[in-house]
Amino acid sequence: MSPDTRRTFLLDGREIPFREGQTVFDAAMAAGVYIPHLCHNPDFEPHSSCRLCTVIVNGRPFASCTQPAVAGQDVKSDTAELNEMRRSLTQMLLVEGNHYCPSCEKSGGCRLQATAYALGLQDNHFPQFFPLRDVDASHPDIILDRDRCILCGLCVRISRTVDRKNVFAMTGRGIDTTIVVDSPTGLLADSRVSREDEAVQHCPVGALMMKGEAFTVPIGERPYDRAPINEDSVAQFQAREARLHG
Amino acid sequence: MTRLLETAAHPRALRRVAIEPLTRVEGHGKVTILLDEQNRVHQARLHIVEFRGFEKFIQGRPYWEVPVLVQRLCGICPVSHHLAAGKAMDMLVGARRLTPTAEKLRRLMHLGQMLQSHALHFFHLASPDLLFGFDAEPERRNVVGVIGEHPELAVQGVMLRKFGQEIIRHIAGKRIHGTAAIPGGMNKALTMVERDALRRETGQMIAWSRGAVATCRQILDANPHTTIFGVFPSNFMSLIGADGTLDLYDGGLRARDAMGATIFDHVDYTHYNRYIREEVKSWSYMKFPFIINLGDEDGWYRVGPLARMNNCDRINTPLAEEERQIYRAAANGGMQHATLAYHWARLIEMLHAAEGIERLLDDPDITGTDLVVKGEPALEGVGVIEAPRGTLFHHYKVDENDVVVRANLIVSTTNNNQAMNEAVRNVAASYLDGQKLTEGLLNHIEVAVRAFDPCLSCATHALGRMPLRVELVDAEGRVIDRMVKGVDGVCGEG
Repeated sequence: MSPDTRRTFLLDGREIPFREGQTVFDAAMAAGVYIPHLCHNPDFEPHSSCRLCTVIVNGRPFASCTQPAVAGQDVKSDTAELNEMRRSLTQMLLVEGNHYCPSCEKSGGCRLQATAYALGLQDNHFPQFFPLRDVDASHPDIILDRDRCILCGLCVRISRTVDRKNVFAMTGRGIDTTIVVDSPTGLLADSRVSREDEAVQHCPVGALMMKGEAFTVPIGERPYDRAPINEDSVAQFQAREARLHG
Repeated sequence: MTRLLETAAHPRALRRVAIEPLTRVEGHGKVTILLDEQNRVHQARLHIVEFRGFEKFIQGRPYWEVPVLVQRLCGICPVSHHLAAGKAMDMLVGARRLTPTAEKLRRLMHLGQMLQSHALHFFHLASPDLLFGFDAEPERRNVVGVIGEHPELAVQGVMLRKFGQEIIRHIAGKRIHGTAAIPGGMNKALTMVERDALRRETGQMIAWSRGAVATCRQILDANPHTTIFGVFPSNFMSLIGADGTLDLYDGGLRARDAMGATIFDHVDYTHYNRYIREEVKSWSYMKFPFIINLGDEDGWYRVGPLARMNNCDRINTPLAEEERQIYRAAANGGMQHATLAYHWARLIEMLHAAEGIERLLDDPDITGTDLVVKGEPALEGVGVIEAPRGTLFHHYKVDENDVVVRANLIVSTTNNNQAMNEAVRNVAASYLDGQKLTEGLLNHIEVAVRAFDPCLSCATHALGRMPLRVELVDAEGRVIDRMVKGVDGVCGEG
């Protein structure tokens, strides 16, 4: 597609083409520009809850995953101020949960960990909350470790819109928000979830995991051992674009 | 004799000398000595003052995390914790026998760890004492002194350690705290390229290890006091192969008494708690294990290289077996009881590790790709391994949801707790009793502790600059004498 002033916008001074209906995020990633994100998975409806993908559009902040691309708009993403905000958001996520990367089976494939690396986090900055959260290991195939949940809502959305089971929901308010399971006991074992469900395949962190698969991928072959998340995300997005739109 | 010095009859009337910090596995320890007005020793204790809590905080976690989590206990021998936990996890998934490739990869990784840990301990931590003397000036008695006066030894130590770490890296993905053992097997095959790269180095490693054994033997022969330093009788415990061969990865438990008589033999280690119990003493965070049928007074034992060399009937690699026979002959075929014989035994094991690595790399199974087996799941698993410093027990119980509900770890240092205390008392009684304290005399205590535990040595021997503060306190708590060694290694009145 050749750049067309009516169908391009400026992203950090670079002209980005877009298709009708694309978001700023989608157009940027398709053009090879990484925008940090955690709650968004391009295969599913955007949610704009983590706010990591916030960009400045014509002087005002928007979540790029839900912001429609509009011809001629001036978008800023890779700025010192925005990256500092992204670092702070990531640090807050890290201290709100119990994220012990050294013993976590998701290490090397965790979007939170990889994003922290990509943003250059040196520490968590804020005091750890060390919350007391339950691990639900009742299901024979699936484990829900709320210590690692970042409340991205992906499992909630996918279970509702794709699996059509509504297994997961969020309850509580503010810092007390947590994931709950729709079953008489509140346990996964008594819910309608199964290991084939899409909702349990796309957790960006180690909160929803399959049993029996931990550490089977050796160090060096894990997703973000091969490439950092900024390169991996763009490559995967572009492959998806080629697959869906030629 | 020295056991009598554990608790003084009238401690309030005595002066207290504290050597603090000594450090243990990534932590701190201290030695306290109670003296009377004539500087006669009435009590000497090694205290482990740090509380780790691993047994508690792995409760509630899924079992498959355990081998990766518990290896963080240690930065020097994480492989031992990883593999001991891995063996326990094998039981949980019903893997009664691993595939030949998986077991040989674990053994290879374990020998790599043994090689690097023993090399670190001897060349860089212990050798300054042996090469320069226990009371040589601290400025010289450190690894920099070794580099200056024995550069070839220092380089060999680095290269041996590097080789061991490379083996671990190829198998676990990282030199320290990688992932390799998973319940029922291993997560990565060794490629032919990796195998060949390692195999090219083994000849040199064996030669250097053999030279190290000879060097150690010569030092001990040339210094007769090393054969009487810290000598005390004890029981010994280790894993042993089915035919009595030295086995560092698997086998049954063997315990012998000070005269070499069998206490128990080829005991299924999953029943370890029928044979061993742990005693709690109010003055230490570390428990005191003992052999149940001998009782807590007489049932304590030593583990580690000295115990393994005393206990095994043979070694299955030729050069190490030659050295073992010399070692046993030096004790007239009986049990070696000298604390410093730990170093000799350790280096024989290092030679065995180098030979064993070569043998495993030549085994066609080592590059196989059949890595995992599973069976009937269980709710309890025990893994025991011979870590560089001794027998290491990992015992876990899980619930029906795969979550750990109970864990018991008896690490090598714990097994040696009473023995290290005995060594401290023995040396205090022999060298400090009635003497005015000097840095060199204090180092005698450290030399005794160092022989057991390279992690302790690591901190206490950091370039000869371990900060020490020793205070003489009277019965009223008044400091009446003080000696300080700063981080610059300089001693003063403080």
